[in-house]
Amino acid sequence: MNIVVCIKQVPDTTEVRIDAETNTLMREGVPSIINPYDMHAIEAGLQIRERTGGKVIVLTMGPPQAEAALRNALSMGADDAVLLTDSAFAGSDTWATAYALSKAVRKIGADIILCGKQAIDGDTAQVGPEMGEFLDIPHISYVRKIEEVHSGGIRVQRLMDDGYDIVESSLPVLLTVVKELNQPRLPSLKGKIAAKKAEIKKWGHSDIGAEPANIGLKGSPTLVKQIFAPEAKKDRKLLYGTVEEQVDALVQELRGLGCV
Amino acid sequence: MRIVVDAEKCTGCEACIESCPYTAIEMREGKAFINEYCQFCRACMSICPEGVIKEVLEVADTQASVSDIEGHRGIWVFAEQRNGKVAPVAYELLGAGRRLADERRTELCAVLFGGAKPEAEGLIHWGADRVYFSNARIFGIFNDEPYSQLLFLLIQEHRPEIVLAGATPIGRSFFPRVAARLGTGLTADCTALEIDMETGNLRQIRPAFGGNIMAAILCPHKRPQMATVRPRVMKRGVFDEEKKGEIIHVDAEGLLSRTKLVETVKEVSGMTVNIQDAEVIVSGGRGLGDPKGFNLLEELAGLLGGTVGASRGAVDAGWISYRHQVGQTGRTVCPKVYVACGISGAVQHIVGMQSSEVIIAINKNPEAPIFDVATYGIVGDVYEVVPLLIRKIKEIRGQQ
Repeated sequence: MNIVVCIKQVPDTTEVRIDAETNTLMREGVPSIINPYDMHAIEAGLQIRERTGGKVIVLTMGPPQAEAALRNALSMGADDAVLLTDSAFAGSDTWATAYALSKAVRKIGADIILCGKQAIDGDTAQVGPEMGEFLDIPHISYVRKIEEVHSGGIRVQRLMDDGYDIVESSLPVLLTVVKELNQPRLPSLKGKIAAKKAEIKKWGHSDIGAEPANIGLKGSPTLVKQIFAPEAKKDRKLLYGTVEEQVDALVQELRGLGCV
Repeated sequence: MRIVVDAEKCTGCEACIESCPYTAIEMREGKAFINEYCQFCRACMSICPEGVIKEVLEVADTQASVSDIEGHRGIWVFAEQRNGKVAPVAYELLGAGRRLADERRTELCAVLFGGAKPEAEGLIHWGADRVYFSNARIFGIFNDEPYSQLLFLLIQEHRPEIVLAGATPIGRSFFPRVAARLGTGLTADCTALEIDMETGNLRQIRPAFGGNIMAAILCPHKRPQMATVRPRVMKRGVFDEEKKGEIIHVDAEGLLSRTKLVETVKEVSGMTVNIQDAEVIVSGGRGLGDPKGFNLLEELAGLLGGTVGASRGAVDAGWISYRHQVGQTGRTVCPKVYVACGISGAVQHIVGMQSSEVIIAINKNPEAPIFDVATYGIVGDVYEVVPLLIRKIKEIRGQQ
């Protein structure tokens, strides 16, 4: 079974704060990490391989530095890694990204494609399902448990607002996964050594047969027009005095609201 | 939009190079240069000691090629149903859609897959001029492929200019397939929508970078412009019993699904109240220092007739289950009263609760950003303030 895991290298947004005076991000020295949801996708790929046999191939699109993310995934136990890197891809929105990744997946060949639910920098959750459409295969979002997997199909639990759905699908299929699915493993020493030596395939747009009109800024239907800081709340009331006095004042306010 | 370095004024100090989380800044002939990997996060702008990194708007951004967008008219709203009942977000979308349709002097249409005719009629009373409705058996349950196939066909036939869905598990799962097939843009999880009257471009506002910044997204060259909209952010429209509209039954034959929903399992969380429906939420963060802190918060929540929420930090620490998580990767809530205890207020938390009517922040650190959005703030130890609050409320109850 060929399992392709799509990952993204992202800045660790949990370490980011906004400078209220200049309205800009304070993110000096913010480390680059594998998108946390993608870590669960990698783990899921490795566990499926343990059950069914086959190969786990990690795939990412990004600048040459994204190679570090792929080596991390290799150290966890992935068999192979592909980096889509080409200045022609730069500025891709979700549509153009999904298009390019799909072209690469077609070239690799896959029975199961795994993606994290969303990336923590863009938070769109769109690339996975869009790839499903481009590849003309079904997809299942928010997978929290893989109940069964074999060459004939897969049965998973899909997290919903009020519980979960049990969903079956034929293969090939694309899954986007949530955190509850598993606990990503740490790299082994052997894995780290192997990852260092591993050769990473680097493909440009012509290697995957991507139409130049469909990739990068040119191939992106959406564009970022403006970036600004979220608005602060206006109707603030101050409480004064000792903690006890402040609590008293707060209780009075809560009474006014009808909560006490 | 682009971020550029004014090469003439750049001193070549290289301070910006380290600041870029995307490694998109390089030195060229002793000057900083921002290459094509820039993601517009603006981190470098605040770092540059000379202040010579600037944002430039490009004129080409807004010019639409007429051929692609010509002939697209009407605002569409996808009304999601589960178990035959239209989701609340659909009425919010109709409120937003009505406003956009009136501004564009065009019609507002709703699309309903599954459910029964009274639900379709309800959409008209809530603002729709027309409802495309299919009660085919395949729509009794949610599967991505038939939903996306039929919506794609309807859009292709009727060519609306804007199509909206709720940013719910269902909307966020199948809408990308429709956009991919149509070759048009899709903006996720919008919190505001504005229309540019001249171009008809929809300014789609959404949080990005974990909610640290807001981005305005356009889809200037393609139609329809598609967006998913965050639930509980838009105001519902007005229910008008007299409003007339047309229901068009849509043929759903020949739709296929390669996924099959076997079973739907409802999960009741430990707390009796769903945080999204609660009037009062008492939330705890990493500042509690210990999972036992939630017992205290539960007591306060009980007194106020509410339920308990949590920040991502507390959930990640394993102190409370994910169902309680408020914020960008959890639930968006807007209760009457939100009490944040030991929550510093990372923006990804704030975007999930800032529309609450009254926000009370209790935190040891006076610099905590949660105080920026709080209606009332108390600087102090949660373990001192909350028991005091509980005692005082009980005292008042005792007197009554």
